[in-house]
Amino acid sequence: MAKLLLLIIGAVLVNNFVLTRFLGICPFLGVSRRTETALGMGMAVIFVMTVAAIVTWIIHRAVLTPFGIEYLQTVTFILVIASLVQLVEMVIQKTSPVLYQALGIYLPLITTNCAVLGVAVLNVQKGFTFVETAIFGFGASLGFTVALVLFSGLREKIALADVPRVFQGTAIALITAGLLSLAFMGFTGLVK
Amino acid sequence: MWIAVFCLSGLGLVASLGLGLAARRFAVEVDPKIEALERVLPGVNCGACGYPGCSHFARALVEEGAPVSGCMAGGEDTVLAVAELMGVEAVIGEKRVAVVLCKGGRGESKTKFTYRGVEDCKAAVIVSGGDKACPHGCLGLRTCERVCPFDAVEISKDGIAVIDPEKCTGCGICVKECPKEIIVLVSVEKRVSILCCSREKGSEVRKKCAVGCIACETCVRVCPFDAISMEGNLAIIDYGRCRVCGLCIAQCPTRAIEGRDWPFPRVEIMDDRCTGCGICTMVCPVDAIEGEKKEVHKVSEDRCVGCLLCIDRCPKEAIRLRAPAHSASELAA
Repeated sequence: MAKLLLLIIGAVLVNNFVLTRFLGICPFLGVSRRTETALGMGMAVIFVMTVAAIVTWIIHRAVLTPFGIEYLQTVTFILVIASLVQLVEMVIQKTSPVLYQALGIYLPLITTNCAVLGVAVLNVQKGFTFVETAIFGFGASLGFTVALVLFSGLREKIALADVPRVFQGTAIALITAGLLSLAFMGFTGLVK
Repeated sequence: MWIAVFCLSGLGLVASLGLGLAARRFAVEVDPKIEALERVLPGVNCGACGYPGCSHFARALVEEGAPVSGCMAGGEDTVLAVAELMGVEAVIGEKRVAVVLCKGGRGESKTKFTYRGVEDCKAAVIVSGGDKACPHGCLGLRTCERVCPFDAVEISKDGIAVIDPEKCTGCGICVKECPKEIIVLVSVEKRVSILCCSREKGSEVRKKCAVGCIACETCVRVCPFDAISMEGNLAIIDYGRCRVCGLCIAQCPTRAIEGRDWPFPRVEIMDDRCTGCGICTMVCPVDAIEGEKKEVHKVSEDRCVGCLLCIDRCPKEAIRLRAPAHSASELAA
């Protein structure tokens, strides 16, 4: 149990996917203008990443390893993730129109979110068990959401601030992201 | 290698099969009416109907019972198409177009100072009401031109917003956006407008603008239908009474009153029908009809203003429009 808890803390704070591993930077910059959309995207990512981690783990164990074709890992995982996102989108649209309205536009974006592929690959590399995989997938996406929401809060404040002309726009956003990343480096050594 | 090929294509097949099944299983049924409605709506998402966009309006039509005549932008055709899809009788309101009530361009009106700021009327208004000396003058900084979804607004060379009645759909976005509040919606039939909004004294207006309403009340006196009245120091047309005769246009000393396609078509008397009853000579506000009793009357081309009063009164229906641009029955209604 303690090990699983540490796994979550490690994925959220110490090895944050966005701020320490630098995965999923695209949505991190793309949908962080407003906290509301950031939270929506974060929720969608949590959902997809957890499910994707589990499914890719199963595929890896049940298909890739027995046939000895682990070198096809990347292609297979992308295929699985893409179809999974499509499926999730369909199911949500049918079962919960409200949730679909909220997440709808972000779901297709996740298809190409490298953090999702990252978590699948890392699960394999680290040789996690099934439960560990699920927990790690959840933790990693939680970390992504935390980073995204924090960053969007900062950007909302910056939007109102008097930014020097040379730094306006993407420049100040990248500087802020860098500072946030530095802040997260403070967690280094917390686990292990 | 074959294993790899089979495995990957197998996975792809399974995934596509799963998705295909899921697409059927979880298919969301959208009312086909909504899609059909979306097709007939103009799709400019102007928001004049009160909904965020055309597709929202289409959904509101089906689900919330929004009025079929809600779409201002599409005009008559759209309302008819929507009504047909919804299976109800269309109620077509008159087509309205926006008119900018100012014609004091840079040449005619004075400025208080030189404005060198953001090219936007809303921004300019913050700086002591804009650079025009007249507090109601069109600033011509393109705010209405930018918001118009139909490209109907153009800024004239003189720096005045001019709205093309052909392109204008009467959506009213410019009316809301104009910070000077000098754009109004007027029925397209009512082609006469007093292009001034200044309620300052005549002498003040004259100092600031060569084409403003100076409250001389000439138009009030000349109007045969009592359609013009003074509100403060500004002449206002009551469009319920206005018959679009254009007399006020000819008489306005500052040319503040304008009419689209003015001079308007005149009338003529059909000789074979006229019995010389003389009723038309009595109703004509400009004494344009002459003739002896019991003899065929004649319309003086110079004096007739095309108010069409005589057409309504003639018991023999002997009077008609010379150049039928708008029919008499339409105007009478």
